This record gives sequence, C-alpha cells and structure tokens, in this order.
Amino acid sequence: MAVALILICVAALLATGIVAVVLARSLVATSIVYGATSMASALALAVALAQVIGAPGDPSAVILPLGLPWVGAHFRIDALSSLFLVIVNLGGTAASLYGIGYGRHESAPGRVLPFFPAFLAGMNLVVMADDAFSFLLSWEFMSLVSWALVMAHHRVTENARAGYIYLIVASFGTLCLLLAFGLLAGPAGGYGFAEIRGAAHSSVLAAMILALVLLGAGSKAGLVPLHVWLPLAHPAAPSHVSALMSGVMTKVAIYGFIRIVFDLLGQPDWGWSMVLLFFGSVSALIGILSALMQQDLKRLLAFSTIENIGIIFIGLGLALGFRANAMQWAAALALTAALFHVFNHSLFKSLLFLGAGAVLNATGLRDLDRMGGLIHRMPVTAFAFLAGAVAISALPPLNGFVSEWLTFQAVLVSPEVPQWGLKVMVPTAGAMMALSAALVAACFVKVFGIAFLGRPRSTIAAEAKEVDRFSLAAMLLFVALCLLAGLVPGLVIDAIAPAVQLLVGARLPVQAQVPWFSIVPVAEARSSYNGLLVFVFITLSASFVIVLIHRFASRAIRRAPPWDCGFPDPSPATQYSGGSVAQPIRRVFGSLLFLAREQVEMPPPGDTGAARFRVELRDLIWETGYAPIAGIVGFAADRLNRMQFLTIRRYLSLVFLALVGLLLVLVVWL
Amino acid sequence: MAVIVGFLTQGGQMLVVLLLAPLLTGVVRKVKARLLRRKGPPLLQPYLDLLRLIRKEAVVAENASWLFRVAPYLIFAATWVAAALVPTFATDLLFSWSADLIAIVALLGSARFFLALAGMDVGTSFGGIGASREVMIASLAEPAMIMVVFTLALIAGSTQLSTVAGYMMSAHVGLRVSLGLALVALIMVAIAENARIPVDNPATHLELTMVHEAMVLEYSGRHLAVIEAASFLKLLLYVSLLCSVFAPWGVVHAGAGPVAYAIGVTVYVVKLAVAGILLAVFEVSIAKMRVFRVPEFLGAALMLALLATLLMFMTRSL
Repeated sequence: MAVALILICVAALLATGIVAVVLARSLVATSIVYGATSMASALALAVALAQVIGAPGDPSAVILPLGLPWVGAHFRIDALSSLFLVIVNLGGTAASLYGIGYGRHESAPGRVLPFFPAFLAGMNLVVMADDAFSFLLSWEFMSLVSWALVMAHHRVTENARAGYIYLIVASFGTLCLLLAFGLLAGPAGGYGFAEIRGAAHSSVLAAMILALVLLGAGSKAGLVPLHVWLPLAHPAAPSHVSALMSGVMTKVAIYGFIRIVFDLLGQPDWGWSMVLLFFGSVSALIGILSALMQQDLKRLLAFSTIENIGIIFIGLGLALGFRANAMQWAAALALTAALFHVFNHSLFKSLLFLGAGAVLNATGLRDLDRMGGLIHRMPVTAFAFLAGAVAISALPPLNGFVSEWLTFQAVLVSPEVPQWGLKVMVPTAGAMMALSAALVAACFVKVFGIAFLGRPRSTIAAEAKEVDRFSLAAMLLFVALCLLAGLVPGLVIDAIAPAVQLLVGARLPVQAQVPWFSIVPVAEARSSYNGLLVFVFITLSASFVIVLIHRFASRAIRRAPPWDCGFPDPSPATQYSGGSVAQPIRRVFGSLLFLAREQVEMPPPGDTGAARFRVELRDLIWETGYAPIAGIVGFAADRLNRMQFLTIRRYLSLVFLALVGLLLVLVVWL
Repeated sequence: MAVIVGFLTQGGQMLVVLLLAPLLTGVVRKVKARLLRRKGPPLLQPYLDLLRLIRKEAVVAENASWLFRVAPYLIFAATWVAAALVPTFATDLLFSWSADLIAIVALLGSARFFLALAGMDVGTSFGGIGASREVMIASLAEPAMIMVVFTLALIAGSTQLSTVAGYMMSAHVGLRVSLGLALVALIMVAIAENARIPVDNPATHLELTMVHEAMVLEYSGRHLAVIEAASFLKLLLYVSLLCSVFAPWGVVHAGAGPVAYAIGVTVYVVKLAVAGILLAVFEVSIAKMRVFRVPEFLGAALMLALLATLLMFMTRSL
C-alpha cells in the first residue's frame, strides 16, 4: 500500500518534470512546478512518516512489469527504506517550497525546472528499489539528472569543469556498483534483493564486493579520496539543488552502502571496520580543514559535507566491527548514531545551503570576503543560518550534538572488542572525530562571523534585502526540526530503532519510556543526556540574570562609535577577513596537509605602494592521485587521436592486421 | 524527602558556585600580587568590580547587532549550567543525569562559540584577532579535553560526572599511569581554556598578546560584568572538576547528615584556596608563550590524553 502510494508520488514528480519542459518559458512555470513538486513530496513524506511511525516492521512491496522482462521492477519499503524516504522527501518538500521564491530569480529556468522533480523522483526510486537492475537504473538516473542540474549555468567555465569531473566520477561509481551487484548475484544471476540476501558469499568474494561498494557509494557520498568532484559540483548547482545534493543525495549514497553491506552481503570480516574507520576519520579531518581554507561560502559548505560523511562512516565502521564480534547491542548503538547523524546532517546542511542561497539571492555573492553585516539587513536569514551553524558545530541543545554524543558513546563501549587492531584504531578515530568537531565550530565561527557579523565589506552587501517568504518558511522549517530533534532526541532514536533492529538484530532501549525525554543509550548509570532540560536550564538562568540586572541594576544603554582600543578605523577593510580568521589554524595544520605557504611582499621603506600578502595552498590529493591519471589518459588520447587521420588503405591494413592477430590468439588459445 | 534534599543540594550548588567564583579569582590575583611583592587588590575586589559594572550604563557600538547584546547572557547561562553540573561539595546532584561530562564540555563549547561571534560582531580588528586565536586554541584544547573524558569514562565505566566522582572516591581505583597522564592533560587544557599564563594573560591590556580580552574589548557595563562572571565561573568549574576527579576527599554522598554537608563545604573551600594558590605560583613562575607556541603546548596535551585513552583500551589495569 505505502509503496504504491509513493510510486504514484514519484510518477507525479516525473509528470511534473515533463510538464515543466513544456511550461518552462512561461512566467508562472516556477510557481506551478515547485508547488506541484512540494505537494507530491509532502504527500510522499506523509506516507513515509506513517510507515515509520505506524507500521515500522511491516514491509510493503510491489512488482511492476518494467525493466528486464524476466526480472521486472521490484519496489519494496522496509524499515530502512522508510527512514530514508522520510529524509529524501523532507528535503524535497522544503527545497521545493524554497524554490517557489528562489526560482523566480533563476536566469535559465528551462534548465532547472524539468530536472528538479525528476531528481527527487530518482532519489525516491533508489531508496525503494528491491532488485539490482532497478537500483542501478535509478541510481544512474539520479546521477545524470543531478549532473544536468549542476550544468544549469553551463556557460560558467568553472561549472563546465565541475560537471565534467562529476560525470566521470559518477560513471566510475556506477561501474563499481554494477560490478558489485554482478558479484552479488553470482553466476546464477538472481538479481532480486531477496535472492541476493539468500545466497552465500565466500570471504574473498565478500571482500571484493565490499571494496567495490566502498568505491561506488563512497564516491557518491564524497568519501576522501573520492571526494574531488563534490566541492566542485555541489556549489555549481542552484542553491536549493545544492541543498538536495549535499543534504539528501549523499544520504542516498549512504543508504546504498548500508543496504548492500549491512543487509545484502551478510557478515563481512571485522577488518573492514578498520578500513571504514580509517577513511571515515580521514574524511572528517581533511573535509573540515579544507572547509576552513575556503572563501567561497557554498564550496565551504560542500567541504563540510565531506566532514559529516566521515563522521557517519566512523559510526558505520564501529557498527560493522561490533557486529562482526557479535556485540549486537553495541552495533545497535553505533548504527543508531550513524543514522541519527544522517538525519541531522540532512536537516542542517540543507538549512545552511538554503541560507547560502538566500545570501546569494540578496547580494549575488558567494565570496565571504565581500559580505559582512548581513545580520542587520537579513535578520531572519541570519537567525536561521546561526541555528544551522550551532547545530552543525555539535553544540547543545541542538541536534548535531546528540548524534556526536551517541558516536562518542559507541567509541566508549569498544574496549571490549577482542582485536588489537580495533583497540588502537577506535580511540584514534575517536580523537580525530573530537578534533574535527572542534574545527567545525571554528569553521562556522568564521562563516557566520564574516558573512553576517561585522561591517559590510562591499556596497552590495550593504544594500542587501531580506529574501521572500517562501525561502524564509523553508529555512525556519529546518530550524524548528533541528531544535525538535535536539530537544527530544528520544523520538528520533525510537523512529530509527526498527531499521537498526533489521540490520544488526538488536536495538536501543525504547526511549519513549525514559522519563523527562532523556536519552539513555545503554544504562542510566553509564550515560544519559537530556536536551530539553539543558535548554530549559539555559533559558531559565539567562532570563533570571537578565531580569535581575534589568530590574535591580542598570538597564541604560548608550550607542557610541566602536571603541577598538582607541583606534577605530573607518574602513571596513581593516576587519578580519575569512582568510585571516583561518590563518592561525592554517599555520597549525595547513603546512602539513596543504603545504601552505605565506608570502609577504613589502615595498621598500619610503615607497607608498601596496604591500602584498599571498597564500598558496596545494591540493595534494588531486596532485598525487588524480592529476597523474588525467595526464596518462590525456597522453593516450593524444596518441590515439592520430588514428583518426589515416588514409583508407591504412585503415584497411589495420583491420587486416587485427583480424590476423585475433586469429593467431585463437590458434594459440585452442 | 530525598527529592527535597536533592533540590536543595542542586540549588545550593548553583548558588555556591556563583558566590565563590569571584572569590577564587580574587585569591589568585591577591596571591600573584603578593608573590610579585605588590600589595594587590583586596580579596573581594572581583565582587566590587561586578557590582560597579552592573550599575553602569552599557555603551554599545553603533553597528552592534542583537547578537552582541544577547551573547553575554547566553555565555553566562551555558557556563553556569555547566558549572552547576560539576560536583563541588556533594555528588547527589538532582539533575546530573541531564548532561554528562561530554555535554559539559560541549556546553562550554557553546559559550565559546557565542563569545567568538560576539567578538566579531562589531567588526573591529581586535575582535577578529581574539576570535580567530580563541577558536584555534579551542580546536586543540577541546579534543584533548574529550580524550581526558574518554579516559575517565573508561576507568569509571560511565560518562556521568557524579558516577565518575563516586568511583574515584572508592578504594579500588589505585594509582594508574593513565590517570596521571589524564591529570597532566587536564591541567594543561584548564590553563588554556581559562586564558591563564602561559597561554594567555588575563591581566594584560597589551592588545597583540591577548586572546580573551581582545574578544570582549567592545563590552562595557552590565554586559562586561556578565561575561567576567562567566569567566570566573569557568575557572571555578575547572578547579571543581579537577578536585572532584583527582582529589575527591570530603565530597558528601547522598543521604549524609547536615554535619557532613558542613564539612563538605568547608573542605571544598579549602580545596579551592589551595588550587588558587597553586595556580598563582604557577603563573608567576612561567613566562607567557608566543601565540604560535600554544599549538605545541596543546598538541602535547592532546597526545598525552590520547595516550591515556589508548592505555585504557589496551589494558584495564594501567
């Protein structure tokens, strides 16, 4: 029933996409298309929520006579799918609501409108697919449509390059998944997920499959070192699409990983959890440090996505390790933490991208160093962005803290694993995670402080206007959800529990029974957290102090020029810029990771010319990993290019030689 | 009955930390001055300063936003809640289950987040310099602190501070290498977090060497008072944390009589005085570091704490 309803919504989304092709040139198209999209998504969201809350353990399936004739298209919703359907459609609803306002400013609506609903449809289909063929088809559909959205402003050179790299990495990822499913299905070729689940996989085969899935889903999720496309492609798309790509599509990739590794593959060896922990912690650290070095707001947010994906993979790695050691309750804790972070990140990263879009809309700026003081001119956007920044920095009482807290709790139960490798790896990953969590706070102090606080650094920023109601409504919706998930995290944990039960065979205790909305993952003597109470305490003590001082002491206020130690400078250029806020951290970490070099060129004494300060950062992953491959491919292509300009005689002789060669091979072979 | 006692203890604790915090700072200042052969301000000077500040009008920069005016109260509230959750003279805090040690660290992180933002709000270069250095210091101090928390949690089997403190009072803790490493790391973190010498100088007004003072440069009147009170509370919090974990003598258990509570409060005050004197002696006997030496200092703290955690993962007995 549920699956049929959502398929109808998907069909409605696809139909909206087709209608959009026809309508694209008309003025009302934007409102109609985004309105229809948000309604279809909201309906799908309602169905998915009903499934999560109402009948979590009750899968619903449907087989459509599409696709391969002997397979058909299987679609099924179980606890895991319904969870991700909620995430996809929540993001979809809000992003399309935002689009009603944001889309009006689109210069080329014909390049966005048809693909936007199709993109949502594709993500829904991936999450519902129940056989390898539909899964791969939907996956590739999702990739291609999102590529089209990345290329919406294709005349910008940067975007064209981003689209090109995205296309290559996405094809590579799908290829890996294709091979993985081939191995999963085995020589008998059972492509349905039910058949794959039933088949046994030898340990060598399982290792090959896991490596392929890590490459395929990891490249889509943005795991280092397969992340290079992400900070290029996500910012290139229109902002509500960036929100979907960063907030939702990376989650669909995580879904693919969880579905195959935790559900279809059986029991991988514990060693793989080391691999996941390693790549997870490296992604977390490199992601956030790269984010700190950025000046482009949207690119910075894209790098921060890589960090969050790293944290999710740390949770998944822990869950895999615990499950391999038959510590089901610990695996349940780690997986709950990972899934909670998936949900949280979909909320606050979408929120932040929508906020970046609002700034882009109001000022046309993505460069942090030309913003400033936007809190005065865009108060609601600033508030929403601040809430997103607090949430992503894992500060209580918002939601980001809860999932990090759960991951830390999962780290703390791991001394009981027997393997020495894990005993060393887990605390190291925990330390890397703590380090990146602190750096996230630094990063978002920089973003909010430079973009929204201070004095405007350009006239455009000084004349910005608050954005439209739809955009604000979408952002405030996310703010409310971030707060809700932070104050009553027990509800989210209970909603995740059926999926966790399905995947690792255990779940956390029911949190709804814990009094006062506390969460108690293991036992109360061990650890508990109550976001609601912390929030109430902070509010009460702050109000208490405010009332006390204002009532009994002074409430007088006087506005005056800034003090600045007696030397206020009228020029806003003397403020700290994005680069200077990050400078101490660049000096501490950058010299190793980015081979950062700072050069100061001072004019000689007496000369009034400008001094120059140059920072040089290098992307070592691109230089050592990708550039050589690109070089080899380019070299080979150049050589092969000569083959295009031969005479017909030469071509005929080549054909003849090839034929002889093949015959010789055949002779030797037989 | 138990609930009433719990409420009283919790409420009493919140008041005690608030009332004692300026005194601790006063003691440190006085002892430091005496060690430098100055007469120094009276012990109660911090209270007088706070009273004077809250009675004055607040001068706010023309282009300051609402965040600038709200931030002091948020910073104070987050620090106060965190300080109220650290056991001082009794372990049976009624609300200790609402936030464990990790949450306390994160609450202090929230306070710092808003302090750094407030520093950047007016758009002056000093605010920016303070904020950017503060987040750099925090980016190393916070993970070190989390690793210390990990070590304690692995030893006590809980991240609840009351449980940890209770476990530390019991006989079967013994001397452990990991505890020693954690103690050193925690002290280093505490020095950095409280802007003490050698990381930062709380008394300086030499702009380029200061971190915390640079962020609050634009504040005046009641806003400054609230921020100052928050930093007094933070110092008290770290001292209480160190005492409750590494010197848990005299802390009152649940259900003890009024005499025990009286003794508990007295012992606590004595511990604070000793800690204040030690801090002052330490501060006068060391020079302030350059800002870019601080990462090495805190990196050492992080490594020590990580080593302690690794030891706990390897063997439960060290």
